[in-house]
Formats: sequence, structure tokens, C-alpha cells
Amino acid sequence: MNKVVANAQEAIQGIKDNMTLMLGGFGLCGIPENAISALVELGVTGLTCISNNAGVDDFGLGLLLQKKQIKKMISSYVGENAEFERQMLSGELEVDLIPQGSLAERCRAGGAGIPAFFTPAGYGTEVGDGKEVRMFNGKPHILEHALTADFAIVKAWKGDRLGNLVFKGTARNFNPVMAMAGKITIAEVEELVEPGELDPNHIHTPGIFVQRIFQGANYEKRIEQRTVRSRQ
Amino acid sequence: MLDRNGIAKRIAQELQDNWYVNLGIGIPTLIANYIPEGISVEFQSENGILGMGPFPFEGEEDADLINAGKQTITAMPGACIFDSATSFAMIRGQHINLTVLGAMEVAQNGDIANWKIPGKMVKGMGGAMDLVASADNIIVAMTHTNRKGKSKLLKACTLPLTGVGCVKKIVTNMAVLDVVKGGFKLIERAPGVSVEDIIAATEGDLIVEGDIPEMVL
Repeated sequence: MNKVVANAQEAIQGIKDNMTLMLGGFGLCGIPENAISALVELGVTGLTCISNNAGVDDFGLGLLLQKKQIKKMISSYVGENAEFERQMLSGELEVDLIPQGSLAERCRAGGAGIPAFFTPAGYGTEVGDGKEVRMFNGKPHILEHALTADFAIVKAWKGDRLGNLVFKGTARNFNPVMAMAGKITIAEVEELVEPGELDPNHIHTPGIFVQRIFQGANYEKRIEQRTVRSRQ
Repeated sequence: MLDRNGIAKRIAQELQDNWYVNLGIGIPTLIANYIPEGISVEFQSENGILGMGPFPFEGEEDADLINAGKQTITAMPGACIFDSATSFAMIRGQHINLTVLGAMEVAQNGDIANWKIPGKMVKGMGGAMDLVASADNIIVAMTHTNRKGKSKLLKACTLPLTGVGCVKKIVTNMAVLDVVKGGFKLIERAPGVSVEDIIAATEGDLIVEGDIPEMVL
């Protein structure tokens, strides 16, 4: 079994205008940097992007927003990106802001064959508008539906040619659940290793969920808030 | 009146040994600096770490280790990493002992608004709605009035809600209050703040019974 492709350009073949993409990452941590650059280069437009955040103005998804390639964002927090907020307030960009936990669970459900589920998050707020409500344990819950994507693009630390993935630190975040929910899942990894090198007990995403994998390059791994403490 | 650190210090007094705690961005993060002597707690960050540690020393920042506010952090011995679905399973499944977050408005029935000012600030709710809908122990950390001097403790919220009927306790720069049937119950005054000051700064119904002690910090 060999899912390896040469690079980001090859990996994103088949991504067309108006498709729905899932992109892993929390802030700039664990984002598929190479694939995002390749998407900018490819110039696809009208994209619906499902991603927890929208990057910053000049990095991450911000690059696609700058080029007006995104028609709609489905995210939980977009505060770090002023261009995003501007496009949203002006109506240029359609935005669905959804609770982070519901976003994660909707992706997981999408990959797991669970079409919908009830959650208490958002009941009584505008997130709950128009959604079915049911009581469980005396508490109101709203019905949320699974999310899937034409392509899910994830970033991992290590992977092998079978698509097995291991993540590092908090760069894991949404990557495993989005990997499950893409019709086609693309994984970019810092280190492509030989089958057998990854301990089966320590694999975070089983290769069955991944269709294409490539060795990434030149990761910037930008830090949004470099906070330190003094040595005393 | 307390400053941000004072509010954090007072809330830290509520921490109990072996608790799992989630701290929201802003004032709540300062609570980690005031853990009482002899108490050990584990901090959970919604982006996928339990056992979050303090900021790293300069030069030791790791881009793959951040908190919910996108700040670089460290991991304590015994920390663990997990994905976002697992993180919110901990939160929604009520495994967290204490949740502390900020607010723009809290209503006397426990409603909270802390994510949107229509037409002006629409950054998104992040994990706030999951946190307030699921936690049974929520403390709000906020200033008593906003920048325009308007009370943030209201009869009813005017801003879009984050959650309904969920806040139980509030610590402001002026007071500690519980949300009870009938309104906000005044529990403690901040050093140098009078009951009259607090009444004047509270738009919602305020219940004042007996002598109100000063916070001990």
C-alpha cells in the first residue's frame, strides 16, 4: 500500500472551485502550511472552508482570504484575523460561527457515520435558532448535524506510506477528527517514515482515514503569542 | 477596588486540591499565578492539553505547545495531549471541576453574554458555549462596570447570549456575588469598596443580607 505523493501540488489535485474543504489547526498551530500555499498558487475560488480559526492576515488561511478565494468559513473563532472580520462585517464573506466543541464533534461524527447528535452547547443562543430541541436529563439540548468535506487537509508530525499519522503537542487539535471526515484526506507530514517505524500503540490517526500523504518542507511554524517567564 | 490580578487572586482561593480547571482567556489566565500553598490542580486547555504549565523561559518556546489564547506554554510532568473531540468530551462530559471565564454581561438569572457585540465585535464564541452549557461550577471573572461606566450585572442581558441560566458565582473588581433565586446575592466586598458603591454599580436586583465582609487577600 502506497499513498505517498511527491508534494503539495500533487496532493491537492482534484480540488476544484466551490468545493468544501476541512483544514486542521488551532490558530497557526498544526496548520497544513504547504497545502495552503499550493491552494493559493492553484487559484481555486468559491471555497467553503471548515477550520477552527482563520489564520492571521498574512499567514495560514489568511492567505486564501487575502486572495478572495474563500466564499464561506465555518469556524469557532476568527479574532486574530482583521481582514476576515472586515470581509465578514461587510458581507463579502459568509460566516458560520459555531461552538468549538460542536465543530469538533460534528467532524468526528461525519467521519464516524453518526449523522446527527444532541448537545447542550448553544441552546438558548442564536446558535440554537431553528434547531430541534430535546430534553435529556431535564436539560435542553439542540440537534447538530455531522460535517464532512470533499477534501480534508491535515498536518502531522510523522506519517508512513500507509497513511498512519502521529501528531506532536497541541499541533494535534482538529487534525485527527478532520482526517476522518474528508471524502479524500490529504496529510502533510514533517517526517515520512518507513512502515514499522511508527509503534502501532502510538499511532494517533489510523491510515485507513488517509488517502494521500506527502513529506512537507520549510515549515515556518509561526508563533502567534510568544509568551515567556523570567528566570528567577 | 481590585485590579485584574486581585480578581484572579480572589478566585484562586476557590481552587481545591486535585481539581481539573479550565481558565478562559483574559483575566482568568492570571489565576494560574496564585494557586494556594499546598494545593495541586491540573489546568486543561481546550485545544488539547491537560497539565498545562507556565510560560516557557525565553529561548525555549515551542510552536507546537500553545494554550487556548495561542500563547506559548510548557507542559507539567504527567501532562497529556489529546485531540479536540476528546478535549470537549472532557468539557461537555462534566469532567472539569471548575471553569472560569470573562463576560461582557451577566443577568440575574445566570444568563451570560461574552462573545459578540453585533456590528462591532464578532470574533466568535470559541469554546465558551460548550463550557458554559456543560460546566456545573462556573465562576465569572470580570470588571463590575464596562468602560463607559455601565453596569455589567443586569436584570437581563442585552447582548447575544453565550449561555442561559448557567452562571453561579461572579468575582468582580468590587465584589463576590452568587446568582440565586431573586437576583445577585452580595457575598463579599473588595477592600475599600462599600455596599453602597456596589448597589450603585449593579443594575440587576441585588440581595444584601446582614454585614458584608471584606475580601481577605
